[in-house]
Amino acid sequence: MNAQLVAELTVFALAVFLGIELISKVPTMLHTPLMSGTNAIHGIVLIGAMLVVGTSDSTLEQVLGFVAIVFGTINIVGGFLVTDRMLEMFKQRQPDRDDPGE
Amino acid sequence: MSRTWIDFAYLVAAICLILGIKRLSHPRTARSGNLIGALGMAIAVGFTFAIDGLEHYGLIVAGIALGTVVGVVSARMVQMTAMPQMVALFNGVGGGAAALIAASEFHRLAPDPGRLPGEELVGILFSAVVGSVSFWGSLVAFGKLQEVLPGRPIVFPAQNAINAALGVALVAGIGLTAGTEGGIWLALLMVGALILGFLFVLPIGGADMPVVISLLNAFTGLAAASTGFVLDNTALIIGGTLVGASGTLLTLLMGRAMGRPLRQTLFGAFGAAPEGAGPVAAIDGDGTVRTASADDIAFMLAYARRVVFVPGYGLAVAQAQHDVRNLGDLLEDKGVDVRYAIHPVAGRMPGHMNVLLAEANVPYDELFEMEEINPEFPQTDVVVVVGANDVVNPAARNQPGNPIYGMPILDVDRAQNVVVIKRSLSPGFAGVDNPLFYDPKTVMLFDDAKAALEKLVASLKAV
Repeated sequence: MNAQLVAELTVFALAVFLGIELISKVPTMLHTPLMSGTNAIHGIVLIGAMLVVGTSDSTLEQVLGFVAIVFGTINIVGGFLVTDRMLEMFKQRQPDRDDPGE
Repeated sequence: MSRTWIDFAYLVAAICLILGIKRLSHPRTARSGNLIGALGMAIAVGFTFAIDGLEHYGLIVAGIALGTVVGVVSARMVQMTAMPQMVALFNGVGGGAAALIAASEFHRLAPDPGRLPGEELVGILFSAVVGSVSFWGSLVAFGKLQEVLPGRPIVFPAQNAINAALGVALVAGIGLTAGTEGGIWLALLMVGALILGFLFVLPIGGADMPVVISLLNAFTGLAAASTGFVLDNTALIIGGTLVGASGTLLTLLMGRAMGRPLRQTLFGAFGAAPEGAGPVAAIDGDGTVRTASADDIAFMLAYARRVVFVPGYGLAVAQAQHDVRNLGDLLEDKGVDVRYAIHPVAGRMPGHMNVLLAEANVPYDELFEMEEINPEFPQTDVVVVVGANDVVNPAARNQPGNPIYGMPILDVDRAQNVVVIKRSLSPGFAGVDNPLFYDPKTVMLFDDAKAALEKLVASLKAV
């Protein structure tokens, strides 16, 4: 147990409560886009993969890290794009409902 | 750039991710939320390049370029109807990435026992196992939704006991591996995780797949957070944990929207149970099914005052959202009051049908949620059920003991007439017979949803 681990655990614990709080009132209609959007966010493992490749000189580690970079990027890019395509569908009928002035 | 500034940039990125998720959960702000999330991700990745001592830029950029091409192409090409399995794949590769990072870190640190503190090792093993389960589980979910694997639940004796034993063995394996620090143990652990990923998802039926994908999504988030502990990277910890926590809650919310507790979804092997439940005995009428031609049905529709369409999974598969809209428009030209009833889980995922009908430009004010439309059915002349089954099965309302009993349904059996467009009498994902098909006021049109709607449009033009 060291100071850094405790600091990281603090961040972790706060993020758990925040994650639950953030989506507690989501309507059913948005379940799928929300799942897809948060799906893109865990693509942040890409950063870890970049660190692995960028700091290692072992071929095996670089191969593993390279595949992880490709995977992580697919997760991020594909995830955000697919979510945007889903949400684009909702956009066109917004004026009737929410912004009658526009 | 100094580590402090990198960490500050990560803080900005984390705030973007948090705002992104928050905005994603409200209809008006959802799209901008997704963009803000993407912006946060770009900041996090961009500043990672600036970390002191990072080398092999060529390899990193090449990997990102390759991943971007694959991601863009697959996200652009995928049909709206195939969205759920695409999400499963994107989720799977994220889990795979976490597992690969863990394997690589293990290889780097393990040969030198002094360099590997216990909590670091636990983090590595956790992301290796959970990431692998998520990867393989997502592949099975993809296979089932893509119909490469059978969508039906695949059951084997004592599966829950075997899965539980495997899970315990994996946890024990994490402890053992942490003691020995040998590469062979890690390999064994990951093989075990592979098997668990398969066995965990195989018994779950296609209808429950969205809930499972959501759960695996949460798993991947936790695996990512765990790599954050290993690499001492706060952006990873925050991003991964947010997804892990919100994904877990979302999984519970989805289960509730479908009227299925999570425990039942995961361990109940939905659709394998109903044999001997005796649904046939409870069917009203004489047990015969009436069919009608497209011309008969078009005539009935043309002279109705109110028609409600109930689009379901079959419509999504047949890509018939534009055809149902054509038919609806024609009927409106004839002065018929046309509405669309959307069950919360119509299609393949909650909200999926809203997306499909929006794509076909169905006006928003004609879409009705289940609670709004249910009281209207007794005043409805004709309900047209297009490729839906379980969500209109009256057994959910009046047959205690039936596997789907208690699930909220659209009360279409209370309308004056019901037209069911369906390829065959075969049961839906739940594997339960549907008394609606045998109801005397129901007529069936056996055809592919798209073909049937095209015929109805043609017949209606001739009326």
